Formats: sequence, C-alpha cells, structure tokens
Amino acid sequence: MTAHAHGASAHPAAGRETGAPASGLLQARDVTMQFGGLTAVNQVSLDIHRGEILGLIGPNGAGKTTFFNCLTGMYPPTSGSVLLDGQVLPPKPRKVAAAGVSRTFQNIRLFHNMTALENVMVARYCRTRTNALDAIFRLPRHRREEVETREVSQRWLEFVGLGHTTDLLSRNLPYGDQRRLEIARALALEPKLLLLDEPTAGMNPQETREAEELIQRIRGLDIAVLVIEHDMRFIFSLCDRVVCLVRGEVLVEGTPAEVQHDPRVIEAYIGGSVDLPNAAPAPEASLAHLQPSNPVLEMPPNAANPILGARRRRGDHDA
Amino acid sequence: MDLFLQQLVNGLSLGALYALIAVGYTVVYGIVQLINFAHGEIFMVGAFGAYTTWMLMGAPASLSVGIALGVVLPAMLLGGIVTSVTVALLMERLAYRPLRSAPRLAPLISAIGISIALQEAVRLFYGRIPGFPDSRRAIPFPVIEGITGRTVQFGGLTIQYSALFTLGALAVCTVLLWWFVNKTRMGRAMQATSQDADTSRLMGINVDRAIATAFAVGAALAAVAGLAHGLRYNNIDPLMGFLSGLKAFTAAVLGGIGNINGAVVGGLTLGVVEAMATTFIPGQFGSSAWKDVWAFVLLILVLVFRPQGLLGAKVVDRA
Repeated sequence: MTAHAHGASAHPAAGRETGAPASGLLQARDVTMQFGGLTAVNQVSLDIHRGEILGLIGPNGAGKTTFFNCLTGMYPPTSGSVLLDGQVLPPKPRKVAAAGVSRTFQNIRLFHNMTALENVMVARYCRTRTNALDAIFRLPRHRREEVETREVSQRWLEFVGLGHTTDLLSRNLPYGDQRRLEIARALALEPKLLLLDEPTAGMNPQETREAEELIQRIRGLDIAVLVIEHDMRFIFSLCDRVVCLVRGEVLVEGTPAEVQHDPRVIEAYIGGSVDLPNAAPAPEASLAHLQPSNPVLEMPPNAANPILGARRRRGDHDA
Repeated sequence: MDLFLQQLVNGLSLGALYALIAVGYTVVYGIVQLINFAHGEIFMVGAFGAYTTWMLMGAPASLSVGIALGVVLPAMLLGGIVTSVTVALLMERLAYRPLRSAPRLAPLISAIGISIALQEAVRLFYGRIPGFPDSRRAIPFPVIEGITGRTVQFGGLTIQYSALFTLGALAVCTVLLWWFVNKTRMGRAMQATSQDADTSRLMGINVDRAIATAFAVGAALAAVAGLAHGLRYNNIDPLMGFLSGLKAFTAAVLGGIGNINGAVVGGLTLGVVEAMATTFIPGQFGSSAWKDVWAFVLLILVLVFRPQGLLGAKVVDRA
C-alpha cells in the first residue's frame, strides 16, 4: 500500500470507484483541501487496513487535523475522494459517522453539561431507532431500547476504565478521564475506523502508557485506528505504520523504523526554522531522540482553554 | 390577606399561561440561539386549531360534562397541537433552516415577517371559510361544559376551573418535557446539539431533526396555552399572539433564556407580579391599563441587574 504525495496517475476527482482490496478499509484518493489560496492538504492518498494502527505525524500546520476533517465529512475535499469499504463517503458528518468513522478531538469536545454516561449514550443515536412518537406514547420498543442503550454505554465506560464515573458531569472529570471518555463515546458509535487527534496531549508518562494499552485493546476489537500524535516515542512504539505529512503532502510512509530514521523526516522537524544545538542530525539520529516537550514537536498550550493550557504545562513530558 | 392570596392564585394561573408559551422561546433559543419572534403566532394558531377542531366536530354545544371533558376537550387539544406543530415545522423548514448560517439578524427579520404573515393570514382568510366566524373580530371561544364559567371556592378564595386547567396543564407539560429532554434518545440529541452542534454531527446525530424537534416541542406547549387562553378569556383573535408572545418572551428572559426551568419560574413570576401590581400599586399606576407597563419594567430591571435571568441562562460551553 503506497502513500504518495503527488497523484501520479490521473484519478478522476470524486470518482465512484468500488472494489477495495481485501484488506483495505479506508482509501483516501488524492484528497486536496484548499481554503482560498491556501492548500492545507495536497493530493494526499493513503490506505488504512482493517485492524491496523496507523500513525499520522508531521510538524505543526502540516494539515493533519484538516485531513481528519476531510475524512469525517466536516470539510468536503476540494478534490479527491474518501472511500470506506469501497463506498464513497458522503460529505455529511453524521452519515460518515453512521458509516463507521468516529473521532476524538485535540481539544476535548465533550458535552460538558451531560454526565459521562449520557455523553456515551449520545453516540448511540445513530445505532438506535426510536423516534419522538415512540417515546411520547411510551411504546415498549422505546423502553427496551433505552435500557439497552444505557447498558451498552455503561459497558463502553467500563471498557475505557471509567465504569465508576457514570453519573458524574463530564466537565467535572479529571483531564485524563475526559480524554478516555471521548474515546468511549467514539467507540459507542461502533466505528470501523477510529480517528484519535492527539490522544496523549497533556498526559503524564503513566497516562500515556495507559492510553497506549487502551489503543491496543481497541485494535483487538478489529477497529482500525488512525492516530495523530506529537509524542514520537508513543507513535513509534504503538503504530504498525507511520505516515509523515509535511506542508499538506505525504513526505514519507513506512514502518516506524523506516520513518524515524528517514533523513527527510528529521529535516522536516528540525530543519532550518529552529535553533537547536547540533542541528545537523548525527548518522544515528532518530526522531525518537527528540523530546516531545521540544517546542517544535509540542503543540503550544491552547490559549482558548485555560484548563487544557494549564494541564499541558503541568503534564509536560518529563522524559 | 385574602386579597393577597386571591391575587397570588390569579397571578399563578396567568403566569402558567406565560410559562407554557415561554418554554417554546427558551427551547428554541437553547438549541439554535434564535429568538423565534413568531412563537406568539404559533400560540395563536394553536388556539385557532383547537377552535377549528370544535367547528369540524359540528360545533357541539350543551353536552354532558363527561363528553365535553372526555371527548371534545381532548380533541380540541389534539387539533390545536397538530396545527401548531405543523405550522412551526413548516416555518422552521422554510424560513429558518435556509438562514442557519446567515448573519444572526437575518433569521430575526425572517421571524418578524413570519409573525406578521401568520397574523394577517388568519385575520383575512379564516372568516372566508364558509360557515366559520369572521376572524376580523374576536371569536367567542366554545363553551366547554364543566370548565367554562365554573369556579371553586377554597377558603375565602375563588378559583376558576380554567385557571386550574392551566396550572394542571403546566404541571403535566413540565414533567413530560423534563422526561423527554433527559430520558429519551431524541431529547439527548437535542441537548447534545445545543451544547455543540458540530460534535453532535460527528457523533452521528441528525442535527436538523433535533432542531426541528425543538420547534415542535415548543409549538405543542404553545398550543396547550392557546386552548387554555380560550378557556380563560372566552374569546380568541388573530392578534392575541402579539402581546402574549411578548410577555412570554419576557418570562423566558426573566427566568434565564435557554433554561427550561427558568421559563417556568419566569412565567409564574411575571404573572404574579402583574397581578400584584394591579392590586397593590395605588392610584392610576395600579390600574389594569398599567399592568403591561409593570411587566416590561420588570424585564428592564432584570436585564440591567441580572441579565442572565433568575435561574441563569444556559451558557453555551466553548471548551
């Protein structure tokens, strides 16, 4: 499976191709996203296999989150298409979700005034059917489904280790728990592909290890995971394959070992813009030696979110 | 003291009417941050829907109490709700949904347009239907045996049955609404949408439907209020939605717009203040001609000293 920066062959834009390879789950074909004159994502093609963990790395502004938004239908790509199981995904987030793609957010976006359980139950919406009339007339169908929704959601809370938080308001949960709650909510959607946008941002090493273990268990459910992360040790120890995005284009794609020693990747991260001692990479240089707390690699504290900002500083990686 | 209690009861029953309408403003505002200024007309249309149902039943008069309360009243209630909900859904679909991403002034102007259009449509065309009364004047509301004109003596207090009907309707509607919003799939979808519409979409929620449901719920309660208004004042007219709508809006702001409990508390408070003002303010300022003035003086005071309302407006979380 190749990921290439420039669509060598002329793919018909938004062509309705079918017939995905047996192991292919999601195929992005020459996805391009332009905002006015800015090309945030440029002809990115990549395949995600069933049950694989694929890492997406790249310096800030490389277009990783924009690419996520293209996959989930938030941004209809300017050109190119995204196929899930050989079907073109419609450019509507809720239909993409129903088709089996769910995500978490770089800045936690829980429903803050709902309990943990309710947050997860929300994601069951498109897997359940009762409508307002069923509810008003209290048909048995409604009651049965409501009980089932509650039970399924509680199981997902337990899956991520939040079984005890059921009736707590999500905004009152500790930061790490909020991140896990987002994952529980995303899983309750029964996705085939889970997109994680910086799942360990602001976590301490212990929490990061737990997140890694959790993602491995998610893979065990035969759910493919595409993860954006700036913590290189996390990415290289977790992922089966890694794609490095630079300036909206796929720079390198390969196994963690290949990518972390690739001179182009190292240059993309440290080349030019920032003064580092020994800026020229030593022969054995690898991205894993770059600390995640390095200003190049770490996202700036989110100014819009005092809690997150503070947590990030407090939770800075110590290793 | 008796006078005080009497006015308290009168105020509460008047306030219950405001509260039933106010919930519609607050539910819609909570989900789309739009003041639906045509909501007063939805209330008016509900009253006319109930009246029309009575006409279609052959304008039954002088029935036994059992039939009047067991058949005619429920049928009128249902007819009113169906009319209001239908008009509200059409209004949302045709006048608001196309403007969802427009500047916020646009839907507001659209709302005022819809409001005038509905008033005039009912005023000019209702009486043209053969056999229906001229709607350019107030139409006498049907006599419902067992409610109209009946009173109950309680201690030194005189309570009209129509007041009991209004208060009972408010109690039932409040409980049903609480249950619907908190314990059903659609209610959760509404809450999620009001907290974060984009995330709701990504979690598979049909946001358009959640918004339409909010309009429908508000319209159903407005229709109940329309029937209660007819029973209380014994006549209805096409312009009745204007002042009642404005008062109910005041009540919603008073309680904290976006907050359902606030709408109920705000409505009851406003009713009591009006009743007390006309009784205990001396001289001409206490005359009933001044009661609307006191209602809006209260609105101004609240906006100046407690702009978030008595119970606090629902603050939209932006993490």
